[in-house]
Amino acid sequence: MYKIILKKNMGEGVNLYEIHAPDIASKAKPGQFIILRVHGEGERIPITIANSDQKKGTITALVQTVGKTSHLLSELNEGENIKDVVGPLGVPTDIENFGTVVCVGGGFGIAVLYPIARALKEAGNRVISIIGARRTDLLLMKKEMEDVSSEVLIATDDGSSGIKGLVTDALRNLIEEKKEKIDRVIAVGPVIMMKAVSDMTREKNIKTVVSLNPIMIDGTGMCGACRVLVGGKTKFACVDGPDFDGHLVDFNNLMNRLRFYKKEEAQSYECHNKEHHG
Amino acid sequence: MADNQGIKDMIDTKDTKTAPASGVDNKERLKIKRVGMRNQAPEERIHNFEEVPYGYSPEEASIEAKRCIQCKKPFCIEGCPVNINIPAFIKLVESGDFLGAARKIKETNSLPAICGRVCPQEDQCEKVCTVGKKKDSAPVAIGNLERFVADYEAAHGNINIEVTGSIDKKVAIVGGGPAGLTVAGDLRKMGYDVSIFEALHELGGVLMYGIPEFRLPKEIVLSNLKVLENMGVKVYKNIVVGKTFSIDELMEKKGFDAVFIGTGAGTPKFLNIPGEELSGVYSANEFLTRVNLMRSYQNEKYDTPVKRGKTLVVFGAGNTAMDSVRTGLRLGYEDARIFYRRSRKEMTARIEEVHHAEQEGIKFEFLINPVRFIGDESHTVTGVECQRMELGEPDESGRRRPIPIPGSEFITKIDAAIIAIGTNANPIVPSSTPGMNLNKWGYIIADENTGKTTKKGVFAGGDIVTGAATVILAMGAGRKAAVAIDEYLKTGTW
Ligand SMILES: Cc1cc2nc3c(=O)[nH]c(=O)nc-3n(C[C@H](O)[C@H](O)[C@H](O)COP(=O)(O)OP(=O)(O)OC[C@H]3O[C@@H](n4cnc5c(N)ncnc54)[C@H](O)[C@@H]3O)c2cc1C
Ligand SMILES: Cc1cc2nc3c(=O)[nH]c(=O)nc-3n(C[C@H](O)[C@H](O)[C@H](O)COP(=O)(O)OP(=O)(O)OC[C@H]3O[C@@H](n4cnc5c(N)ncnc54)[C@H](O)[C@@H]3O)c2cc1C
Ligand code: SF4
Ligand code: SF4
Ligand code: FES
Repeated sequence: MYKIILKKNMGEGVNLYEIHAPDIASKAKPGQFIILRVHGEGERIPITIANSDQKKGTITALVQTVGKTSHLLSELNEGENIKDVVGPLGVPTDIENFGTVVCVGGGFGIAVLYPIARALKEAGNRVISIIGARRTDLLLMKKEMEDVSSEVLIATDDGSSGIKGLVTDALRNLIEEKKEKIDRVIAVGPVIMMKAVSDMTREKNIKTVVSLNPIMIDGTGMCGACRVLVGGKTKFACVDGPDFDGHLVDFNNLMNRLRFYKKEEAQSYECHNKEHHG
Repeated sequence: MADNQGIKDMIDTKDTKTAPASGVDNKERLKIKRVGMRNQAPEERIHNFEEVPYGYSPEEASIEAKRCIQCKKPFCIEGCPVNINIPAFIKLVESGDFLGAARKIKETNSLPAICGRVCPQEDQCEKVCTVGKKKDSAPVAIGNLERFVADYEAAHGNINIEVTGSIDKKVAIVGGGPAGLTVAGDLRKMGYDVSIFEALHELGGVLMYGIPEFRLPKEIVLSNLKVLENMGVKVYKNIVVGKTFSIDELMEKKGFDAVFIGTGAGTPKFLNIPGEELSGVYSANEFLTRVNLMRSYQNEKYDTPVKRGKTLVVFGAGNTAMDSVRTGLRLGYEDARIFYRRSRKEMTARIEEVHHAEQEGIKFEFLINPVRFIGDESHTVTGVECQRMELGEPDESGRRRPIPIPGSEFITKIDAAIIAIGTNANPIVPSSTPGMNLNKWGYIIADENTGKTTKKGVFAGGDIVTGAATVILAMGAGRKAAVAIDEYLKTGTW
């Protein structure tokens, strides 16, 4: 059992959970994730470790409520327990002094990005962050990102902060208008965003790392559910990734694989809502 | 029985070299037909996940036990990887002492309910049974008897195992499959302080996530796990060794005096053909894990989804392929088929499973090799293109190599495909353990008789050493490792 020490609503549909898991906390590195199961009949879902505190023995996760399992999680309160938490899984993000690194994040991807940006900064990089959301109030971790970046660019759909538009618009601006010399781009967020970023940087020949989020079960390389096509080769995101070279990833395939259980997932969520919320 | 013919037979065989039990003569014994196991009817069982064979009744077991002629040279014992004293336990069955028979088996095999169900007996103990060598005679049903005895004990006796003594040394077992469970049980019995670290949320390894309920009810695995817990084996689930802790940390920081690695083979092989990335193309491990470990077939209760459809093709012909295709059938795929690139003779699945699959209406097609999967605009598989093969010269495995027949390509419309062509070594533990040598396929190099790896204090056994093998071989490796670990911890010599 893994106790929820702290729970905080971060705005529409996203909750922050600080979970007591000392073994994981003492090992977690940026880019790694956990797999959790809320209850004994539940499914296993992967969630990135957004932060970890060795002294307190806790890890932090930001989870967006999108279906049944994330919803069940959101119904747990501080002091209650998550049935299973395993990790840290996956290969940590490659952290070195690359020079100037642009970190692009959207949605819960910003939570994934934060520890990476921080580590990159600590390694001596100049970190420019571009974060996006539909509206200002939906923007996650703006303050935290500012603390670890020399510059934070914001893109919102409605223009309520930063530029009106997408993170890729801000990135294009950075490259084409400001002529920024960029050594590496790290993009984490919705697949469509990672694809757009990768397509843009491919043209400009800027090395781009993306963090993929395929459907997973065990997270140990045993089942092959998480396989992704990278440079025409089959890779298991849970053991070979989740980070991959964005220029080589087959994003269309990933998007389609993510949609495969839509019907079953929707049914299960609907049943749950009917049973529990009238 | 006391008719003239019977008496004549008795006289004819009075110079037998075997020692008949309870006065029944060998000729009489040899006349008894092998008692088949009653099964759930195929037309019913394809709609449920309940176990297929019902098991023997005490009467049936007693009759079958009579077929054993108590050989002076019991080849069956050598045929069993853990050398169960087969004639001795069968004799106890014949005399009606079923609990005594269970104790006899447990001298060398701690999981008889499981082995009786899943051992490929026809390649092991029963293959060499003297009775089976006689013309028109089937071997003694050793596996069925073993299963009966274990089930009888579970229902009428006490399956707990006593711990004899207490030794102040800590042993870590990495992986809770048959190999790890065996080491844990054996060492705890001697009194060691034993902890199992398991990556998943349940112990059992393939017994839980791979082999389906209708072949090995999970309740049986769970009750055997309970025995270990009752003995005081400590269990830590959700720990991926190599990620959460490394082997070095277990020994240096957590105070373990020895480690046994039994992490299984556990990484699925793919065909490496175009279209394999399509949705609806699964590895057998994924498909079976969804259904078994995550119980997705009970979708009103469990959350993990599984797809259902009409046509399913499974590539491969081992136990994993049989389990996948029969699971598919039970999920509602009406047309569930096996495509295999070799011929019937080369199939590696247990004979009983192949037989059950055929009874259930599974179609087997041989000498067929897939060349590409075909998908629709949503990247979901809709078909597979295959080519026919013919058998050429024998390859390094001694089996005739299949060669494609040019121009024989054909397309089959499918809703799902499962790839069950074997596994590779899982790299997580090997790659995080410096000083432990691997062979060229990435499996751990360990001494066959002791399980010793090239790293001091670290032992290994089961599929992670041999590559995908069998439950009983994994247990046999565990048994030997337990003896060697005991010796190492007592003497300190490596
Ligand atoms: C490495 C990795 C890191 C992730 N980190 C985060 C994170 O930090 N915060 C966060 O909110 N989400 C994260 N996700 C996504 C998260 O796992 C899914 O949102 C979650 O599984 C949805 O489950 P559900 O039951 O609530 O929704 P469902 O209704 O079951 O599914 C909604 C959608 O989520 C995806 N999904 C469903 N099941 C799984 C599964 N077992 N594995 C992966 N994706 C699945 C599918 O695209 C599906 O259509 C991560 C995914 C991966 C692979
Ligand atoms: C579908 C299927 C059907 C089969 N049918 C039969 C049959 O009928 N008869 C038969 O004899 N054999 C059968 N086999 C083969 C048999 O199951 C295996 O040979 C046997 O289970 C191997 O045992 P093991 O202990 O080495 O490994 P496994 O059973 O694979 O167990 C390994 C355990 O280690 C855990 N683990 C892995 N990595 C880590 C890590 N890093 N940290 C912690 N834990 C870890 C795994 O989660 C797992 O629980 C079948 C196999 C499959 C897949
Ligand atoms: S353990 Fe397996 S091989 Fe040994 S006697 Fe039992 S069924 Fe036969
Ligand atoms: S070989 Fe067959 S007949 Fe002989 S002792 Fe073994 S089981 Fe009995
Ligand atoms: S999630 Fe099973 S292999 Fe990656």
